Amino acid sequence: MTLLSFARGPGMQVATLILIAGMFWRLSGILLLRRRVAHAAARNPFAVRLLGGAVTIFTRAIPRRTFWPRVGAGVVLNYVFHIGLFIVLFGGAPHILIIHEIFGVAWPDLPKGVIVVASGITLAALILLLVRRLCHPVLKMLSKPDDYISWLIVFMPIFTGILLSGETVAGYGALLAWHILSIEALMIWLPFGKLMHVALVFAGRGMLGYNFSRKGAAT
Amino acid sequence: MNDIAPAPFQKAAPDVSKALRGFIADVGPTVALSLESCVHCGQCAEACQFYVQTGDPRYTPIHKIELFKQTYNREMGPFSFAYKFFGLAPKLTQETLTEWQDLVYDSCNMCGRCSLICPMGIDIADLVEQTRHGMYEAGLAPSDFLGALAEKEHATGSPFGLTSEKFRDLLHEIGATHGVTMHVDEPTAEIVPTISSIDVKTYPGSMAAIAKILNHIGKPWSFRTDGFDADNVSLTAGDRAGQAAITQAIVSAVTACGAKILVMPECGHSFTEMRWEAANAHGKDLPFRVLQITELVAESIQSGAIRVNKISQTATYHDACQLSRRGGATAAPRVILAALGVDVRELEDAGDANWCCGGGGGVALIKRAQPLRDAAFAIKKKQIEASGAAIVYTSCSGCRQTLDHGGKAAGWNTSVGSLLELVADNLAARAAA
Repeated sequence: MTLLSFARGPGMQVATLILIAGMFWRLSGILLLRRRVAHAAARNPFAVRLLGGAVTIFTRAIPRRTFWPRVGAGVVLNYVFHIGLFIVLFGGAPHILIIHEIFGVAWPDLPKGVIVVASGITLAALILLLVRRLCHPVLKMLSKPDDYISWLIVFMPIFTGILLSGETVAGYGALLAWHILSIEALMIWLPFGKLMHVALVFAGRGMLGYNFSRKGAAT
Repeated sequence: MNDIAPAPFQKAAPDVSKALRGFIADVGPTVALSLESCVHCGQCAEACQFYVQTGDPRYTPIHKIELFKQTYNREMGPFSFAYKFFGLAPKLTQETLTEWQDLVYDSCNMCGRCSLICPMGIDIADLVEQTRHGMYEAGLAPSDFLGALAEKEHATGSPFGLTSEKFRDLLHEIGATHGVTMHVDEPTAEIVPTISSIDVKTYPGSMAAIAKILNHIGKPWSFRTDGFDADNVSLTAGDRAGQAAITQAIVSAVTACGAKILVMPECGHSFTEMRWEAANAHGKDLPFRVLQITELVAESIQSGAIRVNKISQTATYHDACQLSRRGGATAAPRVILAALGVDVRELEDAGDANWCCGGGGGVALIKRAQPLRDAAFAIKKKQIEASGAAIVYTSCSGCRQTLDHGGKAAGWNTSVGSLLELVADNLAARAAA
């Protein structure tokens, strides 16, 4: 079995299994805890509270204007990274092909030049985020091994993807194998560390929005 | 405060096992989700007055609950087995508990500004409240004076040990001094007001103001001497049992006279406790409405039950965090100020994003926290001075006290006033029937 066939076959199967089982275990470990019934009379009916939760998922994506002078730079940098990653992930032709194979849906791909630029910007943003984490006194103090492992785990697929698109340092097969393996590493790590925010961000914002709508307070 | 006894509950060394149990006792899905979600973005620091004013990263709000988070991860999180096996979350120790004491108490107003910015939707202020449960159990509530007051409240029902008899006498004395009819321990009442112990000690006129307003509304009302002190210092100290005992005494008193409305005084934390937590401690829906005094006045103005005279005044208003951001009662004071015709110069960030005065969350009751409190107050001071108003009104006697003290220390010309007393002083005369 070659490295590529391992990555495409058993490697991917194991990574998928760990991803799904790990996410399921973590989410059920949180959501199945005993829930206290809220007896206080709500200011808003159930439907408004539900709407409050749903709306907060979107509104919390952007800080209130008053916070921007202090957090703006970090927020913009994070958005550059996330938007860049989204463009590469869902605009690159090979990625769309894989999504089509698995889910049966497809959409037009972006020109390769756009993807190359987006990849470069994403990688640069990611490196700047690491530098910021290492230099900013608050981020430096808060950071745990998970923050650095997660950074590396996200860096590798982007980095190997850029190498793959250029096919310069090694052959296509080897680079593709390393690219797939790095994605599998990400899939395996995701449920256990902060990358789980891909799911928790919606649950957290929604829960806060629902609870504060109950009080008739700002979300 | 010199009559407050030292706190015998405070042990020489914190009790680690009690802290551990105190931390995780009430963890449900909402708290667990919050503890699992942090991505260490650090944005909460930029919303916190203590970090903004000092630049010390230790004051990052999410860092203040680190021991709680570690305990959760180690003892009950979905991967607790791995945290234990690989030693990924350190065990609680007496040293770490002691190290975190000032972060959990002195440098957190529980104002929830951090909860307003968190991109993951973590209610950090709520986590601090939970963290204080463990710290209190361990014997780490600062005894000078927060812990001592909480202990006295737990033992007597009032942080200053005010008995029912003394309270009754006090009310009649205030009634006589201010020329206001006081209703005390009436067998039945439609409205029951409560008081804050700060009012008793510092602002007794506010009790006359409540009576004056309730007399003006004209519905049957009565103070109850079997449940009157809503202060709930226990809540800010982290004493869950004391917290529940205070609320339960008030619930029983209000229920006993068949009242339909419980009126909370000008006090932020007591409002959030009774409005949003008391029913949960009670275990079922409360058979009456809980309204902060500004909500009752605003409702009554809108229904015509209260008529006020227009006054010619320029003023600003300080939002108490627990009433606005944490309590959902941001609009009520503005309804009142508009009815009074006050020219309101709103502060920067007024309303839901307001800055705490610096005294919330029991910080005003921690003697050693004064330098931090002053640093936080400096933001509010600057904003109030920038408003150009000669007087700042508020609806929380805790905030009022902090603004009073801070203003005096700063040599202020700005006056600090109670919105409740402003209304009581400007009630319109009722037309003869």
